This record gives sequence, C-alpha cells and structure tokens, in this order.
Amino acid sequence: MAVKVLLKNDHIEGIRYYDTYRKHGGYAAAEKALKMAPADIVEEVKKSGLRGRGGAGFPTGMKWSFLAKPEGVPRHLVCNADESEPGTFKDRYLMEFHPHTLIEGLLISSFALGSNATYIYIRGEYAWIVAILEQAIDEAKKNGWLGKNIQGTGFDCEIYVHRGAGAYICGEETALIESLEGKRGNPRMKPPFPAIQGLWMRPTVVNNVETLAAVVPIINMGGEEYAKIGVGRSTGSKLLSVCGNVNKPGVYEIDMTISVEEFIYSDEYCGGIPNGKRLKACIPGGSSVPIVPANLLFKTAKGETRYMNYESLSDGGFATGTMMGSGGFIVLDEDQCIVRHTMTLARFYNHESCGQCSPCREGTGWMYKILKNIENGKGKMSDIDLLWDIQRRIEGNTICPLGDAAAWPVAAAIRHFRDEFEWHVNNPEESQRRNFGLAHYADPIHVPAGA
Amino acid sequence: MIKFSEERLKKVHEIIARYPDGKQKSALIPILHMAQDDFGGWLDAPAMDYVAELLQIKPIEVYEVATFYSMFNTKPVGKHVLEVCRTGPCMLNGSDDIIDYIKEKLGISEGETTADGLFTLKPAECLGACGYAPMMQLGEHYKEHLTKEKIDTLIAELRGGAKN
Repeated sequence: MAVKVLLKNDHIEGIRYYDTYRKHGGYAAAEKALKMAPADIVEEVKKSGLRGRGGAGFPTGMKWSFLAKPEGVPRHLVCNADESEPGTFKDRYLMEFHPHTLIEGLLISSFALGSNATYIYIRGEYAWIVAILEQAIDEAKKNGWLGKNIQGTGFDCEIYVHRGAGAYICGEETALIESLEGKRGNPRMKPPFPAIQGLWMRPTVVNNVETLAAVVPIINMGGEEYAKIGVGRSTGSKLLSVCGNVNKPGVYEIDMTISVEEFIYSDEYCGGIPNGKRLKACIPGGSSVPIVPANLLFKTAKGETRYMNYESLSDGGFATGTMMGSGGFIVLDEDQCIVRHTMTLARFYNHESCGQCSPCREGTGWMYKILKNIENGKGKMSDIDLLWDIQRRIEGNTICPLGDAAAWPVAAAIRHFRDEFEWHVNNPEESQRRNFGLAHYADPIHVPAGA
Repeated sequence: MIKFSEERLKKVHEIIARYPDGKQKSALIPILHMAQDDFGGWLDAPAMDYVAELLQIKPIEVYEVATFYSMFNTKPVGKHVLEVCRTGPCMLNGSDDIIDYIKEKLGISEGETTADGLFTLKPAECLGACGYAPMMQLGEHYKEHLTKEKIDTLIAELRGGAKN
C-alpha cells in the first residue's frame, strides 16, 4: 500500500524552505517534543518499533537507551549522511527536498539524547546539499529552533554540517567518528561502543538520515500509531531507491506490506522492466545484500509470496533469501551479465577497503582480479571455487562489516548463477561477444503477465 | 606563496569553532577541501604543510588523511575533472560506453589529463545517483542521465568557458 509519511509534503512547491514547511505543519512535532521529558521521547521511539534505516535495521529506541550519561561529560548525536552503498540514494532525496524534516528530527533527537552539538556527516560528493542543509539550519535558527535556550526551554543546540571526502567506509559508525575527528576512516574495535565512548571519546549516538527524519512523524502521531503502519517488526514507512533496469527509477515510500512483484510491476512504483524484457535478478537492499534470481524474488523457497519488509526479504536465509538492507533496490534485466556486474561490485569493495584487516584488504583485490579474468575470458574452472573460498575466509574475519559486505555479493552470485560463471570459463571467446542468455536457465525466469 | 585570503581565513576559523576546544583537528577534511579548491585543484606538500600549520597538527597527520580519501588529488589534475561512475547500477545503464566515448573523444585513458590541461578523466565508484545513471561528478555538481550527445555538449561548453 502506498503511504505518505516522510514524503507526505512531496508535492508541495517550496517545502524546502522554512515558511512553507512551517505552514504545512512543520515543527509541530518539535513544539510537542520540547514540552515532553527527554526520556518520554525515547519511550515513544521505542514504542514505534523504528529500526535503523541505514542498513543494519537495529531498533533505534534501544540504541538510544544504551547511551551513557556520565555526569559532566558532553554527549553527541551524529547524523550519518555518508550514503554510499551502491544502489542507495534515498537520503540524498530527503536532504535535497525535505531538509527541514531532517533538521526537525535532529532537534527532537538532540533534545531527547541531550546533545548540544550535533553533527551531520555528509558524503563529500553531495557538495551542493551542504548548502541546502546549511540554509535550512540558518532558517531554523532565525526562527528560534536552534541556538541558545530553544523556545524558552533552556535547551541549547547547534547543528553543524561536516563534509567527508569520498570514502564508503565512513558510513560505518566508528569509521565515521574517526573521520569526524580528522583522521583516516579506519573502523574501531568494539567494545567500547560509541554509546559509551564515541566522538572524542564521549558518549555518542550515530543514526542514519532517514531514521532521524522518521522521529518527526513518530512524535506527531505517537509511537503506537506509527507502529500500526507496516507489519510485524517492520513498522512504519520505508524509503526505497530504485535503479537499474526499471521504467521508473527513483525514490518511493512504502509501508512494507506490498509484495515484491507488485513493487516491480505496478505503475505506482517501478513500472516494470523497459523494452518488454524479462526480469533476471534483483539486489533489493543495496549492493552488499545477496542477489536473488527472479524465481526466488517473488516467492520464497516455501512458495509463499515475498513482501517488501525485513522479515520476508530475509526468509530462507542466504541460501534462498536476501535482506532489506539500506533499501537500494537494483534490478537486472535478462540482458545483464552477472559476472560483469559482480566484477564491478568487487572492484568497488576493493577500492573502498580501508586496508586495516588483511582478509578484506587482500581478499577484495584478489576477488576483483579473478572476476576480471573470468569476465575477460581468461578464467579457469578452479577460479570459481577459489572465489568461493576467498569470500568465505573474509566473512566474519574483519573488524567492521565491510568484509562481509564484500563477501556476500560474490557468494550469492556464485550460489545462484554458477552456471553463468562456468559458461564464461567454457566459452571465453563467445562470452566477450554476448551475454549468457536466459534460455540457459532450467528454471523459467519471471515473465510478466501479458508479455 | 600558499596562503588563504583573509576572507577564506575567516571561514577557516569559523569551521574550527564548530568543534570543541583542542579538537581543531576535526576541521581537517573541510579545510583540505578549501585548500584543494583554492590552490589549483590538488594538494601538494606545501599546501598540506600549510594546513597542518593552521590546525597546529603534524604534517604527517595531514598527509595520511589526504591520501586516504578519494576526493583529494595528490597529483596535478586538469581544470575540469570528469569523474564518471562505473559501479554496478551505472554499469547496468551503460557507463562503460560513456567512459569509452570520453576516452576516444579526448584521446586520454583513465586517470590521464589532456595535453591542454583542460580535462582529467577519473573513473569513480558509486556516487549515490544510481537512479539517474549513467552519471558523472563535475566539480560540486552531478551531471546525470548522460548520453553521448550530452557529453559532446558538456565538453564544448567547458572548452568555450575556458577561452573566456
């Protein structure tokens, strides 16, 4: 079902500016929240069931309740706007078109957590969005929503935009903290967790843009009402960014009760696959999550309909399922080459590995090299098993999840499309001229009705 | 001599003031962006030493950061850096063809700069514009839904601008 929660004002011209935002109910949640006890705000977020929208899906209210509050030590809220997972561009959309929703969410969350200096760490490439956010911050400040003694509550809060400089790894919260301290983005060992010792060794909460923006509707409607949107433990609305081979790429808001098939083929969302082509595979949650072939995308291995939510997408584990991840929805049509696509992802993770842990530093480069060979007709059959072996030895053996993120796409591609890898090895010349066709698959890949 | 203008120095101090006392190192990345913008599009050792001095940190602390982040150029680049994304989602929408076309048109390979010093081609990894692929980053802006025709227009415009 279509819901409009975060993007309910999407159609209003000028919603980027304070006056328009305020006129359409903006800062009403802030007004309400500033009259509440901070602990009650945390309680509402807990009740809402909101899960981190950056990719891990950890319950936000629980994360907030872990924040240490030692006497006399400042605490910080940091907004993770280092959106870099291939396929993901939803936070960019929120910041570019709804900056005040984020600023309002940040104000409420800062008040709840007691952060007097809150930072938005934004990926360096989103340079023009820095100006949009800073303008929104200025407007909010002029209208008494930031600065000293906000709305007479005695609460002080400043929000600063901090620009990164091109490093995927800085989306990992401890790497982000290191980067914000002016260092290389090398993730830290945990524990201690940021909630105890984070930015400048002070208690810190790091949340994704969409997560913090969602605090606004949660306060407006109340945690319990918000939890009624969605299904089971997938509460609220979720932004999805769609790319690849679909008729209507872009950012969509869903309530997590629609089926994957409807999401891809309905005109309200992706609008189907261009040029009447058939669907081959999909990576539904950003490039790190396992790719699934079309026949496992619409139905789980048990034959049940698969829905666009955390539980349903991961049904079957990695053997036959995938993950909701960051909501970066990548669609591949019948003409796409799985080997080449996997190679570009391996190159990405190799480029982005910080180099701290040897399994990831060495393994990502090794996997890229092998995949490049197979793609270029120089692969051996034993390379496929070698790839499997390398990814297995990276997974779980690194300080941060980048190692897993690099291993999973390779593992899933081999798990579901091994025949395509073998075909490349067996047909080195032909594989240079054309892609492995759908006709090779024993299972019919999804054919839309009427095609 | 390498030095920010008075106005830019004011901005530097404004940025440093965003962080607690004694944590001025946090301003390093934002200030390196300013240095790269003001001192010729890349960071040479004197520029990095100057930033170290401004922030009262050791030069090595600047070098190790400048070499870590892909947006900082530690070698000279052309006046316009064409950073074309080539990761999965862009690849699905033809970024390979766009990169090949630019190579052919400008007569340079990946990472190279044209002889007139105008253009550098720098293949990039995912820039968060997957729904608007293929795309490139040009300075502080994105150019999206790229086609060969769009590349022609863009390069002609940039060449025209260079003459003024």
